[in-house]
Amino acid sequence: MKVIKEKHPLLMRWTHWVNFPILTIMIWSGLLIYWANDTYTFTIFGVTFIRFFPQGFYDALHIPKRLAEGMAFHFLFMWFFALNGFLYVMYTIISGQWRELVPNRHSFKEAWLVVLHDLHIRKMAPPQNKYNAAQRIAYTAIIVMGFGSLITGLAIYKPVQFNYLAWICGGYHLARIWHFVLTIGYVLFFLVHVVQVVLAGWNNFRSVISGFEVIDEKPQPVIQIQNDETNQKAE
Amino acid sequence: MKLTKKLNKVFSKNKGPKKELNVEQKITRRNFISFGSFLVLGSAAYGGWRWLYTSPEEVAGITGEAHKPLRAVLNANEKVVRQLYSNKNLVKTYPKAMAAKVVRHNSDIGSEGLVDVDAWKLSVKKSSGEVLNIGIDEIRKLPKTEIIYDFKCVEGWDQISHWGGVKFSDFIAHFKLDAETEFGYVGMETPDKEYYVGVDMPSAMHPQTLLAYEVNEKPLPPKHGAPLRLIIPVKYGIKNLKRIGSINFSNNRPRDYWAEQGYDYYAGL
Repeated sequence: MKVIKEKHPLLMRWTHWVNFPILTIMIWSGLLIYWANDTYTFTIFGVTFIRFFPQGFYDALHIPKRLAEGMAFHFLFMWFFALNGFLYVMYTIISGQWRELVPNRHSFKEAWLVVLHDLHIRKMAPPQNKYNAAQRIAYTAIIVMGFGSLITGLAIYKPVQFNYLAWICGGYHLARIWHFVLTIGYVLFFLVHVVQVVLAGWNNFRSVISGFEVIDEKPQPVIQIQNDETNQKAE
Repeated sequence: MKLTKKLNKVFSKNKGPKKELNVEQKITRRNFISFGSFLVLGSAAYGGWRWLYTSPEEVAGITGEAHKPLRAVLNANEKVVRQLYSNKNLVKTYPKAMAAKVVRHNSDIGSEGLVDVDAWKLSVKKSSGEVLNIGIDEIRKLPKTEIIYDFKCVEGWDQISHWGGVKFSDFIAHFKLDAETEFGYVGMETPDKEYYVGVDMPSAMHPQTLLAYEVNEKPLPPKHGAPLRLIIPVKYGIKNLKRIGSINFSNNRPRDYWAEQGYDYYAGL
């Protein structure tokens, strides 16, 4: 029998989807700014592995010579980014949803099992409530990263007025590097996230828009088994 | 529970006997509402973005070349930031050993070629109409202040550099320009008027703002703005005008080279 199981509250769905275009615009306008001084490289022992970014990449996205425009967009959408993140965090705390989100003492061990399962090395998936252990870690980390972008961003934006923030970030120069690294982190997160969502399938994807999942529940046995394992997969 | 049942009965009266939706119907109904609003609001968001992205450029004036709504936001941000501004917030300073030996040079606009330092005069236009013409030796006699700080360019690079000169506030006091500090802005221009900046008075009077005549303890070379340049650590490099020719005071924003080209007028740090 089909049963509706509530999953994502409205506000969490909306802040999720609102964040998507805002973050996209922040990354794009950030690129317009970064282009003006594209000096960051990934270098180990004098060998440069990555240089951000190839000219073709800039040209394809019409990035060059738009610093002023990039700053103007960045300093508008920063407000929306902060406000949206604030709403999500406040709601998560007040509603108690944080209990489903923040890693607990089992999460770090279980997350490893989730990874093994997802890589088809281990057959059994660890128990899953709303989020599994790997999701708890990933989704909490992304919120911490968002907060990091806000702090490093403010440190870059007004390094003299917010000199204590610049100090926390290890100075203006380092704050800019953290800000950049976090952005690379979002892009990597996004890639894994999309792959996982595709693998998890329609039921899971729909729940982030409609809020619920549909599960096939077997008729209730007379004797209720205590540790009811609804082993639905979700990412 | 009883009450809601009763209410349900009352409201469903007009629609005939109330039929409880089955699971399939509930799913369809909720999906329709959710995906429908997702589509509608998503389209509205896209429309909003297109409106902003294709919004007209502002009318060229003191500021120019920015999308009209974005310029309004830059100006609004300035209002917020000015609330946070304090002359007690100082830029971090560094030991002399950390100062760059080769100081980066980005632009020559208004300070190309050589300058005849002996013939050079700084002209200060007072509100009374009187103009002071001040030679570099007279400025060098004033109390000297040095600063080693992280110079920040709007492009994104920064460099620890060592500057020496007279505090702008000491300069004001020495030449009895206190009345001029009642104005909202200081304007500075190069002798050829090719480069010009406007700085709000609080930032100009910041204790770390210098009229600098030295870099790394030597007189400024022409490319760094000989004989006198502005070093204003609470602003991006674009406001640190080289080779100052004239200083004026006003309540309206003085013209500003980069603000005319889409940049934030305030450009504060």
